[in-house]
Amino acid sequence: MRFSLAELMVCAASHIFEDDGEVLVTGIGLLPRLAASLAMRTSNTDILMTDSQSYVLSQPNPVSGLKSHQGQANENWMGFARIFDNVWSGRRHALVGPSQIDRFGQSNISALGGTHQAPKVQLLGVRGFPGNSISHANSFFVPSHSRRVFVEGECDVVCSVGYNNDRLPRGYSFSDIDVRAVVTNLCVLDFNGPNKQMRVVSLHPGVGLEEVQDNTGFDLAVSAEITQTTIPSEQQLDLLNELDPLDARARQLKNNPAGIRQAEEAES
Amino acid sequence: MDKLVSASEAVSVIEDGMTVGIGGWGPRRKPMALVRELLRSRVKDLTVIAYGGADVGLLCAAGKVRKVIFAFVSLDFMPLEPAFRKARESGAIEVMEIDEGMLLLGLRAGAWGCPFIPTRIGLGTDVLKNATDLALIDSPYDEKEWVAMPALKPDVSLVHATRADVRGVCEIASPDHYMDDLFVRASGHSIVSVDEMVPSDYFYDAEVSRRVFWERNCTQAVVHEPGGAHPSSSDPLYGFDIKHFKQYGELLSDGGYSAWAEAFLGDSESSYQSAVGGLEAIQSLPLPVY
Repeated sequence: MRFSLAELMVCAASHIFEDDGEVLVTGIGLLPRLAASLAMRTSNTDILMTDSQSYVLSQPNPVSGLKSHQGQANENWMGFARIFDNVWSGRRHALVGPSQIDRFGQSNISALGGTHQAPKVQLLGVRGFPGNSISHANSFFVPSHSRRVFVEGECDVVCSVGYNNDRLPRGYSFSDIDVRAVVTNLCVLDFNGPNKQMRVVSLHPGVGLEEVQDNTGFDLAVSAEITQTTIPSEQQLDLLNELDPLDARARQLKNNPAGIRQAEEAES
Repeated sequence: MDKLVSASEAVSVIEDGMTVGIGGWGPRRKPMALVRELLRSRVKDLTVIAYGGADVGLLCAAGKVRKVIFAFVSLDFMPLEPAFRKARESGAIEVMEIDEGMLLLGLRAGAWGCPFIPTRIGLGTDVLKNATDLALIDSPYDEKEWVAMPALKPDVSLVHATRADVRGVCEIASPDHYMDDLFVRASGHSIVSVDEMVPSDYFYDAEVSRRVFWERNCTQAVVHEPGGAHPSSSDPLYGFDIKHFKQYGELLSDGGYSAWAEAFLGDSESSYQSAVGGLEAIQSLPLPVY
């Protein structure tokens, strides 16, 4: 059975919501949204999801080929102001793709380099990251695992809180912060190393630990039970075809690499 | 009371140095005709508060802005707004960069007459380092520290609604009214542009009156601007103009503000609309699907 790296990442990411119960899951970007949708159809059918506009859905919309929001499986209206009511209640888990992540699990989507008055590269701005990170679980999706993303020092602009003693607000402990998992094109990580150190949990087929460490700007812990990332099941791949009928997932990673690396090398 | 005025009459209340709140979200339901009227005016040194899109980009590019209070400036499908990006990277503007929810709380505090609203948001992040006017406070009820999000009080707010009567009863028929109600309530003077004018009895329908998110005594001026949200969307009437946004991006990146203004702005909304293909073309833009 053939599957792509994007599909492997989506299926791996879909597992991070398994034990969440009835939380609002928000996947920002096509692959994270597909992962959340897949989870809602498989590992956690209690998930709440929105239509990325203003309604909570009982069944996720497809991520490609949708012609209209008419006729979708609405459950309740949920405009942006009401999203914050949910966010601040803590009943949410977001899967997002930051430009930078540091060893504390802090992340950046605001700007790169320069100064606050004149950044070298203006990105989006902090958006909802500060509020999300102090309120509910957050996980990261990284299509290109590199030292540019996993930076050596702190993020250029710290948009989300992580496990950093120097920045811990008064009255807070690490147990108030929930940076859950990181799914990259090489591996799956969590923050369950010593003192919440980022830790390799599973390696994608054909990927070695050394490659992961070489592409990360800081030291990683390694799980004693490190495994190979579970490869997609036939049922998961069928559901991906249903949730993404136009195969938009094939256009998200450069050259759409195969899920098992040897196969990719043999082809090229 | 009849509050129907022209766009130029409406924005003439805006003076140099004022704080202007702008409703909508990114490329969605922005009061762009009012923004264009501001671009044609001599006003400058504005502080702009917005969930920003081309509104913030254009005002910055035109040199109208001293400071932007923002969480993002984005066109969604074009994640980085080109004109805002240029303004930021050249260091031309002052900013208060805060979380989307902090912006909501600031407007709510402004609307409620509170000096601030306590929140956890911002703790542990560079928001506190960069927005130096944000204070941390103690709670009388716990041992934690809290961010005191100050009230945001625009002198004038600009929003775009679907329909209104001349008294300023405004319907937003779009799927989301965003924080427009908070912008209107927080500011001393609200100008609402609408696609369609309706008689007052239009609102007798209970379903319609549920789509009115603030009372008419919060609306000071109504401007009839069919297509006035272009190039942003005014769902359910028309979607955003992807093709135009791409042109907009190229012009502002390569030629700067004057290239865009020469190509499109014109001396009135009708000349703008002719330059972008006419009102009918705007009104037939398909609704966005997410």
